[in-house]
Amino acid sequence: MTAPDTALEPALAAKPQTPFQRFLADFFDSKIATAGLVVLAIILFVAIFAPWISPQNPYDLSKLDIMDGRLEPGTKSMDGKPFLLGTDDQGRDMLSAIFYGLRTSLAVGVTASFCAMILGMTMGLTAAYFGGLVETIIMRIVDIQLSFPSILIALILLAVLGQGVDKIIIALIAVQWAYYARTTRGTALVERRKEYIEAAQCLALGDRRVVFRHLFPNCLPPIIVVNTVLIANAIALEATLSFLGLGLPITEPSLGLLIANGFTYLLSGKYWISFFPGVALLFTIVSINLVGDQLRDVLNPRLQK
Amino acid sequence: MPVYFIRRMMQSVLVLFVMSLLVFVGVFAIGNPIDILISPEADQHEIERATRALGLDKPLWEQYGLFVVNALKGDLGRSFVFNIPAIDLILQRMPATMELAITATFMGVLLGIPLGMWAGLRPESFSGKLIMSGSILGFSLPTFWVGLMLIMIFAVFLGWLPSTGRGQTREFLGVHLSILTWDGLRHLAMPAFNLALFKLSLVIRLARAGTREAILQDYVKFARAKGVSSRRIIGVHVFKNIMIPIVTVLGLELGSTIAFAVVTETVFAWPGMGKLIIDSINLLDRPVIVAYLMVIVFMFIFINLVVDLLYSVLDPRVRISESKG
Amino acid sequence: MTGGSDAPTLVVENLRTHFFTRAGVVKAVDDVSFTVTKGRILGLVGESGSGKSITGFSIIGLVDPPGRVVEGRILFQGRDLASLAENEARKLRGSRIAMIFQDPMMTLNPVLRIDTQMIEAVQAHEPVDRETARQRARDALGKVGIPSPDERLKAYPHQFSGGMRQRVAIATALLHRPELIICDEPTTALDVTIQGQILYEMQKLCRDSGTALIWITHDLSVIAGLADEVCVMYAGRIVEAGTVDEVLDRPLHPYTLGLIGSVPSRNVRGRPLAQIPGMTPSLLSLPPGCAFRTRCERADAACMEAPAITLPLANRPIRCVHPNLAASS
Repeated sequence: MTAPDTALEPALAAKPQTPFQRFLADFFDSKIATAGLVVLAIILFVAIFAPWISPQNPYDLSKLDIMDGRLEPGTKSMDGKPFLLGTDDQGRDMLSAIFYGLRTSLAVGVTASFCAMILGMTMGLTAAYFGGLVETIIMRIVDIQLSFPSILIALILLAVLGQGVDKIIIALIAVQWAYYARTTRGTALVERRKEYIEAAQCLALGDRRVVFRHLFPNCLPPIIVVNTVLIANAIALEATLSFLGLGLPITEPSLGLLIANGFTYLLSGKYWISFFPGVALLFTIVSINLVGDQLRDVLNPRLQK
Repeated sequence: MPVYFIRRMMQSVLVLFVMSLLVFVGVFAIGNPIDILISPEADQHEIERATRALGLDKPLWEQYGLFVVNALKGDLGRSFVFNIPAIDLILQRMPATMELAITATFMGVLLGIPLGMWAGLRPESFSGKLIMSGSILGFSLPTFWVGLMLIMIFAVFLGWLPSTGRGQTREFLGVHLSILTWDGLRHLAMPAFNLALFKLSLVIRLARAGTREAILQDYVKFARAKGVSSRRIIGVHVFKNIMIPIVTVLGLELGSTIAFAVVTETVFAWPGMGKLIIDSINLLDRPVIVAYLMVIVFMFIFINLVVDLLYSVLDPRVRISESKG
Repeated sequence: MTGGSDAPTLVVENLRTHFFTRAGVVKAVDDVSFTVTKGRILGLVGESGSGKSITGFSIIGLVDPPGRVVEGRILFQGRDLASLAENEARKLRGSRIAMIFQDPMMTLNPVLRIDTQMIEAVQAHEPVDRETARQRARDALGKVGIPSPDERLKAYPHQFSGGMRQRVAIATALLHRPELIICDEPTTALDVTIQGQILYEMQKLCRDSGTALIWITHDLSVIAGLADEVCVMYAGRIVEAGTVDEVLDRPLHPYTLGLIGSVPSRNVRGRPLAQIPGMTPSLLSLPPGCAFRTRCERADAACMEAPAITLPLANRPIRCVHPNLAASS
């Protein structure tokens, strides 16, 4: 955000605030968005510190006892510690599995979205700044890609590439870069017409400098908003693909794989193996979307008071 | 209009060609189906014979050329697994998927338009806000998880509905349909609702936004000034105006509904194309993968064209501007 | 205020229509009274935002939330419309009271054919079959000068010109021979020649059928040629009323004086055009006292109090403490 111009905004002069303070005040104006942010903070904390706060290491096979398999939530284990959310078929504590699963899901989603953002922004800025044939080619590819549903593109790529963390991240990047490219180009085209770009060009600054030091920072707010929504989408898509058996390998189970793993037992009434990872996934996606919606409202200059 | 139509056709053919190239190269360049199809004990001779029989010994460009020529003849190769033409396999499974996708679309429209219009007429009411929150959830919940929850509630705990398969089907015009039998309907209900959820949320949003915009228009006020009942204003004046964006979007979404049926079919073991493609990917049955992707891409391009035409039928303004241009 | 032996078609008494917005209460119509008689035309003049359109909507009962009529009586042939149930009001709308809107591009539904929109207007008030209703619609179109009405009935609104659309709207309004028609700037969006034709036809209609007309406009020259009486509105209030001849020949209120002076005319060519300085004040933050005070050259300390209605001349009610009583302008 830019520095406040007290001459233009006399109403704000009454309560001296930095732009960041104003941003925070606007953000916490909505109770539901605040709740979303709190939930998201908890989820992030759990994901980052999973190895230290989990009751057990769910992937240390020596700690697992097959005799503990498929226990209901709240059942006590042999050594007296209760399995709060039950256990899966191998006697793994579901709570620990979910903590680790969140870690994987978030890591994959955030990494993929971040890489897609860098690729998409570069393409979008290039298209907007240079125009002409470059723009036509890039935007035509974007249009064609966006006319196909994300899951189809991911299916094609995974059918081609096979399984693995790197493969699914590549698939997610390929799905998402076009959204970033389109948003960035749209914003950049508006910014490009503004006088500061002309001024920078008049100073005979290099193209790269104009694009990255002048154009890029001014395109950031809408990208940040798109980014939150696309991280949620990436997490949901990864979970879906893992559920279909096309995503992550069994050695690094994300939430989607945990849910798929419990699917068989769901039909016999052992709901917890699928249900609780699903709830964790749901909270993650909804809280990110809530925060994203509020960011959009707060950062949208048209809605600013 | 003809010029526009021809340009659209050529664009579509180009997309089809590029996609076929991408799909073919991608699918055939990586991995070796022989490893999967032939038992590890087979000797060198047997492997060579199988490779030749499947045409895998030829260079890639020749395989692609052959593929295109055959594709134009309607031959997309034989399934490695089922040993029948891939296109036949897909066409066998297509009615199930189409039945699911179309039922889901209708469900989305029939539930979504009334709910969305209700929310649009009463945006500040509790019910209006509840409908909107529901549609936000419908957007953000992953389809497969909702499917699992449906199974958990209606099949496992309540025991009301079956959770897998199509149930009893009846033949109609040479196609087996579940919707024609009571047992089939019971099987169709959950998967169709599951697939409909995203469309439903979309239709609610479109209908709500359209209604809110339409009721502020002068033509609604003029209709009220004419003494027309509010039921007719909402049912005719508002309804016809919001149908234009809804039909457009739903038409375009039919393709993605078919693509997303992959998830629903897997959850509910619905024997359609989607389940087939997932099984084929896991078995590396490449002709089937390629054939499926080509069929889907073709359907997409076709649907986009039809929607463009349908749009001009629905909106008289488009019709006039295009016949002029 | 008016002559004529007939009982008045419409009597509006102390009408107040307020909008309850988040920013505060907007008094769009604030204590407005007037009378319209059979076969006569009342002009309601004012700048945009003066409350003249809201007055029209209040009469026909189409004020949308957050606005509502908070006070006053609207006596239509002796019945108070302000206290009518919605269903009763609907029966009057379109049959006994009709309204024509400003923008003919917007008043017809773009996705419905003309016949649909006219037949529904007939059937809303009379239980006739489609074919009869269609005949009625065709006759009405013919009456307002639309050639080959049978063909035109099957057309969509976008296939008509602006003037033709407004004729369709007028034909629709005339379907049930209403006793009162409220015209909200119906000619503003049209070419001058079309405007002339429509004004002529409306005047003729009014004389012939004895329909009472309220003509809402910002254009004094239209009023001069069309109306019998005129009410000048400013910031939600009527500041001056009287017969058209009297008010235009001898405006008493400084605002009316300014409005008349602002009309470009041949006689003053070469001289700078007169204008009223400043802008219409926001109805949310009206200056205390006379609302016109801040733009008035006669304003003084006495204007700090809201002026009551006075009668400086017979039959010439105005709201001003400094009326222009000099001889004719």
